[in-house]
Amino acid sequence: MITVENLTKTFPGSTGQVRALDGVNLDVAAGTVLGVVGPSGAGKSTLARCVALLERPDSGAIRVDGTDLVSLDGTALRAARRQIGVVPQGDSLLRQRTAAGNVALPLEAAGVAGPQRRNRVAELLDLVGLTDKAGSYPDQLSGGQRQRIAVARALAASPSVLLADEPTSALDPDTTGSVLTVLDRARAELGVTVLVVTHDMGVVRKICDDVAVLEGGRVVEHGKVLDLVSDAASRTAASLLPAVDQNPAAEGAFDRVADIVLIGFAAVGALLPEATSRFGVELNLLGGGLTRLGETPVARFRVGLKGERADSALEWISEAGGSVRRTLAGPQGVAA
Amino acid sequence: MRSATPWSEVFDQLLVATGETLYMVVVSTLIAVLLGTPVGIWLQLTAPGGLNPRPVLHKVLGFVVDLGRSMPFLVLLVVLTSLTRLLLTSTIGPTAAIVPLSVGAIPFVGRLVQNVLSEVNVAVVEAAVTTGSSTLRIVRSVLLRESLPALINAIGVTAIALLGYSAMAGVVGGGGLGDLAVRMGYQRFNDRFLWSTVVVLAIIATAIQLVTNRVARGVDRRRTTSI
Ligand SMILES: Nc1ncnc2c1ncn2[C@@H]1O[C@H](COP(=O)(O)OP(=O)(O)OP(=O)(O)O)[C@@H](O)[C@H]1O
Ligand SMILES: [Mg+2]
Repeated sequence: MITVENLTKTFPGSTGQVRALDGVNLDVAAGTVLGVVGPSGAGKSTLARCVALLERPDSGAIRVDGTDLVSLDGTALRAARRQIGVVPQGDSLLRQRTAAGNVALPLEAAGVAGPQRRNRVAELLDLVGLTDKAGSYPDQLSGGQRQRIAVARALAASPSVLLADEPTSALDPDTTGSVLTVLDRARAELGVTVLVVTHDMGVVRKICDDVAVLEGGRVVEHGKVLDLVSDAASRTAASLLPAVDQNPAAEGAFDRVADIVLIGFAAVGALLPEATSRFGVELNLLGGGLTRLGETPVARFRVGLKGERADSALEWISEAGGSVRRTLAGPQGVAA
Repeated sequence: MRSATPWSEVFDQLLVATGETLYMVVVSTLIAVLLGTPVGIWLQLTAPGGLNPRPVLHKVLGFVVDLGRSMPFLVLLVVLTSLTRLLLTSTIGPTAAIVPLSVGAIPFVGRLVQNVLSEVNVAVVEAAVTTGSSTLRIVRSVLLRESLPALINAIGVTAIALLGYSAMAGVVGGGGLGDLAVRMGYQRFNDRFLWSTVVVLAIIATAIQLVTNRVARGVDRRRTTSI
């Protein structure tokens, strides 16, 4: 597992100092995937470069399994770098080496040789599904294949942390899927802790357990994706859940109007129908929809309720695990 | 007006001179590449954004290299005569010319090599850094290997430059094609010598270019994909 403590980094800029990182704290539990997102200039790449031990922060600590790696030098620094596999931003494969040769690079650095090295390379090519491309040169591979080879290379020396900076930014949606699948397999089959920097919420949606939102060099939101989406006020919910349109005309016809977030098969499938039958209320879907976060189906609906026991129904939904936020509604204009 | 030297005699002298030129160019290119490449690597490593940035050292090194490059070869030839005497106990003949030729080309090769190495994609180099590779390993397996085609072309450029400089070797009795052209062709108005040496020099330069291009392409694993 990896923790980032109070990381700060300042760059000299044309108009004074730029605080790229301003006290960043993160922790990623072993075997989970954290997505670091945020607007352009938020400091995502700076954070990635610090964690990759390519850039030295002004202050703060980066701990992998408890040991601080920030202040290391020389041989100790090189050894520490082997604990963190990095998929750098952009094309990073050696163009004069085959796919297998690229994957072998970290093993050469670690002094692994002979059949042991060959076996490990074969294992990793298998993990990323490119065994048949072992002898191909990067220029003979597609963008997605190159990126998967880069992931295989990052994993070759068995690091405990895998760091990827914008691994899908240059790829089309289909290819993005294949690269994300590989990152997910790395976590599932090798138990690595994954930190992925991205501007694409789709990456968070597909593979991240946790998310950290960076803005102006600060973490403004950090937690489990599924926890954050139940909080309608969170940025994560705003960008991951289906949008609900405002439609005051339609909403005026109901006694109560609420936004409901439902997480998991059981909740999405059964909660609303059961509420209507239990409390004898009429329930209409006014907007929103269904999506998927990783394997979990997640819904956000705007619902309009009619009936005596509308409030009780909403309360019950909330107790049963749905996240309910009432909006101003009802013909009486009463704040519910 | 003397009658023209018979072709057979021109040919004999041309053969000797070609041998001397090739000897000077090949040996001095080898030495210059051998000694200039580390200079180029050092320049690139210490450059801003290099693997081991050392701004002051880089500036000093760059200054010395550029000073060496701006020195007229003829001056170097004369100045280095004493060094040559020390190294080879002889200051005449093609072997004696090799010392100033090599030394003169070292800074040239240094800059060429630095330029070539600086073209290697930063992301590729950083990827190697994150694997925990030592600087030496990165230089060998990444910087030099990735730019091998361009390095081979740089060797060709160096050899052709040295082919030109070797023409001045006559000053220290180095002989060679340039010397023949000047002595027989220019000073004695012997057109046969003048033009035949020019032709042979052109053939050698073209051959160097063709061979290095071919070898460079042969070792290159990049396939320029047309969009
Ligand atoms: N080497 C540098 N020198 C000076 N300023 C820098 C340097 N690297 C980053 N910065 C500044 O630090 C801030 C954060 O940059 P960073 O590249 O980390 O943002 P980012 O979140 O990755 O943005 P993007 O999504 O556009 O890639 C920016 O204001 C940037 O200009
Ligand atoms: Mg960035």
